[in-house]
Amino acid sequence: MATTPNAATPAELAWSPRALLRRLGNADEIAHLVTLIAAATLLLITALLVFQLWVHSAEARAKFGWSFFVTRTWDPVSGEFGALPFIYGTLVTSAVALVIAVPLGVGGAIFLAELAPPKLSSSLTFVSDLLAAVPSVIYGLLGVFLLVPLMRTTIQPVLKKTLGFLPLFQGPAYGIGFLTAGIVLAIMVVPFVLSVSREVLLAVPRDQREAALALGATKWESTWKVVVPAARIGIFGSVFLALARALGETMAVTMVIGNNPTISGSLFSPGYSIAAVLANEFSEATGNLYLSALIELGLVLFLLTFVLNGLARLLILVTTARGSGVLPT
Amino acid sequence: MRFTKVFCVLAVLLALGTVAVAEGGQVLLNAAGATFPYPIYSKWFDQYRQAHPNVQINYQSIGSGGGIRQLMDKTVDFGASDGPMTDEQLKQASVPILHFPTVLGADIPSYNIPGVSAELNFTPEALAGIYLGKITKWNDPAITSANPGVKLPGDDIVVVHRSDGSGTTYIWVDYLSKVSPEWQSKVGKATSVNWPVGLGGKGNEGVAALVKQTPGAIGYIELIYAIQNHMSYGKVKNAAGVFVKADLASVSAAAAAAAKSMPDDFRVSITNPPDNKAAYPIASFTWLLIPEKFSDATKRDVVKNFLKWMITDGQQSCEALAYAKLPKEVVAKEMKAIAKIQ
Repeated sequence: MATTPNAATPAELAWSPRALLRRLGNADEIAHLVTLIAAATLLLITALLVFQLWVHSAEARAKFGWSFFVTRTWDPVSGEFGALPFIYGTLVTSAVALVIAVPLGVGGAIFLAELAPPKLSSSLTFVSDLLAAVPSVIYGLLGVFLLVPLMRTTIQPVLKKTLGFLPLFQGPAYGIGFLTAGIVLAIMVVPFVLSVSREVLLAVPRDQREAALALGATKWESTWKVVVPAARIGIFGSVFLALARALGETMAVTMVIGNNPTISGSLFSPGYSIAAVLANEFSEATGNLYLSALIELGLVLFLLTFVLNGLARLLILVTTARGSGVLPT
Repeated sequence: MRFTKVFCVLAVLLALGTVAVAEGGQVLLNAAGATFPYPIYSKWFDQYRQAHPNVQINYQSIGSGGGIRQLMDKTVDFGASDGPMTDEQLKQASVPILHFPTVLGADIPSYNIPGVSAELNFTPEALAGIYLGKITKWNDPAITSANPGVKLPGDDIVVVHRSDGSGTTYIWVDYLSKVSPEWQSKVGKATSVNWPVGLGGKGNEGVAALVKQTPGAIGYIELIYAIQNHMSYGKVKNAAGVFVKADLASVSAAAAAAAKSMPDDFRVSITNPPDNKAAYPIASFTWLLIPEKFSDATKRDVVKNFLKWMITDGQQSCEALAYAKLPKEVVAKEMKAIAKIQ
């Protein structure tokens, strides 16, 4: 049969309706199709999102062009819009959040996965997962009513006294601002880092620990030099997840950041983030250019997330290629 | 078996329900817009439905901007806004749109000065100077001269404003634009502006929390929120030269003062009204936006009937919810305008 000249090639045969039907009888094929549709839908939603943001920001893109990224003014009255202070605020608050959350989350995960008794480990993990389920507006309210007064009366004066020579910790202490927003974000993203990192650490094969111990490593040496490097990619993954959450967080940030589009080197200064300005101004935005500029901000946030994720992946590639330690795949 | 029975009963009920609705001539109106008057609107729509069981009005408080957009896109039957539509927006609308004032709102200056519990007096110049960032200390002569007998400290003033676009902001900056040419040219008026100084708090509760927590802070807050939360606040000097404390009566007085010069389309700002000693100067109407022509005669009659009820009987519900009532001059004028709806 296969030798007849006008018979269908196997590839064509595979997509003929009858062949398709026959193949669908096979569970593997069904699973393939269903999961393919699921993955394609995800891609489609993302594409649609970008498309919509692109189309509806046309007016602002045409008017401001690339200068949108470097303009500092945001003036709805005169119709002058620039994204720079918002990009800056988003990056600074997310950076502060990661600086605090990563050591806490990874450190906690190492303790829970390697050192803590199993009972303590599972109950502490449960508590941390509970933190991840708290709505962000609750964090915002706690921020406004507990953290902000504490920052103004205690933490900021202490920082000023001890580290005040750094430009990071200068200026009047209002209690709100980049630092407070970063701390609230850190509290919100720690559970992500902790939970995912712990799972990844637990997944490192027992043999590797035993091998290290057999070679005379102490418990800590086996953890730090063998287990953690082996789980590195997963730990990076947990940090990206945390970063994505921090970049897009709206409610909690807008309640404590001060909502003032300024660019200041001081973490005490009030600022503004992209997500926060969208939440604040979208509902009352009148005028097409204003609305279009807000939608372009959404596009910028998407782009920012995209670029940061890309950079992070590049970082993994580079460090993995150098190849210290064996990686479980 | 039991399920089948339940299903049958449900089906019959459903069928009966459909018939009842069809016979009752149910009228469903959709509206969207301002959040500030939402409590009184939802009360009105509810009361009106009790009196007219066949009329249901769904109101979504999505914000004034959204209300105007949805009205222009014709996805709602009528809209609501804390600021009047601009000439440009009215031109873009396919049907002429009428403004109907419903209730009044006002902004009050709230402050937190350590060691000062007195009710402060604010001149328009002081408020504009503070919000422009030119007056930075509480013992500035512009403030102390209006407050003899009050010992004000030399603390820095921390300015607080709304971060979210809002009708409350519109009233405040509309007032500042009227009393300060510099504000008018530098900042202007809108539901969000490019603030020269200050911290942004989200919502009345955000501003109130920031003011309460920050020594030396001043912020503007919607009167209803201040009344409901028993906040203390300052008096403001009106155009007649009297320092007036905001309350429901002084806000209604501001509308009455402005009624004489009210244009026929009601798109009027009543901040800083002239010649009324009792008027509180930082107040505004909030409006329902009604299309002049309805293609559906039933809807038209319901809307007209509702509007009439709202500006007469409906006004009785205002004070319980701390909204200032429309003055009778405005009600009379609106009655005439309702006749215009076709």
